[in-house]
Amino acid sequence: MRLALAIAALVIALTSAAEPRKSGIDYASAATQTLQKDDAQNPGMLWVKDGQARWTERTGAANKACADCHGEIAKMRGVAVRYPAMAAPSAATASATSTQRVINLAQQINQCRVERQQASAWPAENASLLGLEAALAFESRTLPIAPPVQPLLAAAQARGEALYRQRIGQMDLSCRDCHDGLAGKRLGGNIIPQGHPTGYPIYRLEWQAVGSLQRRLRGCMTAVRAEPYPYGSSELLDLEAYLMKRAAGMPLETPGVRP
Amino acid sequence: MASALITMPKAARAGDVIEVRALVQHAMETGYRRSSEGALLPRDLIRRFTCSFVEGTGQSVSTSDGSSKPGSRLVFAATLHAAVAANPYFAFHFRAERSGTLIFIWTGDNGFAHREQVNLLVT
Repeated sequence: MRLALAIAALVIALTSAAEPRKSGIDYASAATQTLQKDDAQNPGMLWVKDGQARWTERTGAANKACADCHGEIAKMRGVAVRYPAMAAPSAATASATSTQRVINLAQQINQCRVERQQASAWPAENASLLGLEAALAFESRTLPIAPPVQPLLAAAQARGEALYRQRIGQMDLSCRDCHDGLAGKRLGGNIIPQGHPTGYPIYRLEWQAVGSLQRRLRGCMTAVRAEPYPYGSSELLDLEAYLMKRAAGMPLETPGVRP
Repeated sequence: MASALITMPKAARAGDVIEVRALVQHAMETGYRRSSEGALLPRDLIRRFTCSFVEGTGQSVSTSDGSSKPGSRLVFAATLHAAVAANPYFAFHFRAERSGTLIFIWTGDNGFAHREQVNLLVT
């Protein structure tokens, strides 16, 4: 009987570990939640507006706008929830299968920029790049995160999961230690979220600006006193791929607001 | 890349009180912070925000300072300081009596100036 009770208790403990997934906004204060919900107040909407303007702006040596190939930005609904994913076949890589790779939305935008618009790629965290990324993700708001089933992506997700479990830094902490083990508890004044990337690019009150998931990941790495992987590195991309798989089915909130 | 978002109804009935909300993109650097190298970051603030109303539609309201234009009426003004967060947001109420244009002007350090205008149809 005691054994049965112990087993029952263990089963309950194990299932409660798989409690319903929560977005970071569910842990935020009422004021922050209001800021995200109300498009008139949400400062991330400024970046969205900027990105929408870029969509129809002709640029580069090809003098093409995104809209010249893709049409209205509203047609991009459902695109942002798929990334990171295998790169869409591009002009340069259509024949060369060896260059197939997994990229995130920002890299996809830059690929279009370089190959179709014949303009220079934007550097990481460039405001225009974040704006376009935010405008695209905004079109997919409320849609469930839906990573595609692709062999290359599955490999990236697996590498990402290994990194997620890897203890790093002087604090010797893995992502999992906090975001699975201690989610809902406090780290200083803040509640530790489950770490689902549901609102990227997000407006972070601490940054007072919009930033990418890679910026956030690098922030966490610095916080555990590890050396952050550089922007655009395969490690950050693998982590992104895994986190999107982990959050699959959760609705996209872009532009998210976080403390 | 300064940009602003104005949220307000496009039309109202005479006598209605409408809510006007204005959000502008700005770093609001206080002048008290230091960079990672220790150098003082120069102050870069929006110093003043005004909203004025010019009666009538279709007329030219393209002067850079809507507040001084004859027939324009100051609706709302604010002086901003270092403690205001980045990307300042203002919400205020306005009684719609006649059709016209609301002109929003933000001015600040380093010659910052941004202007938006929104037409309001009063029936």
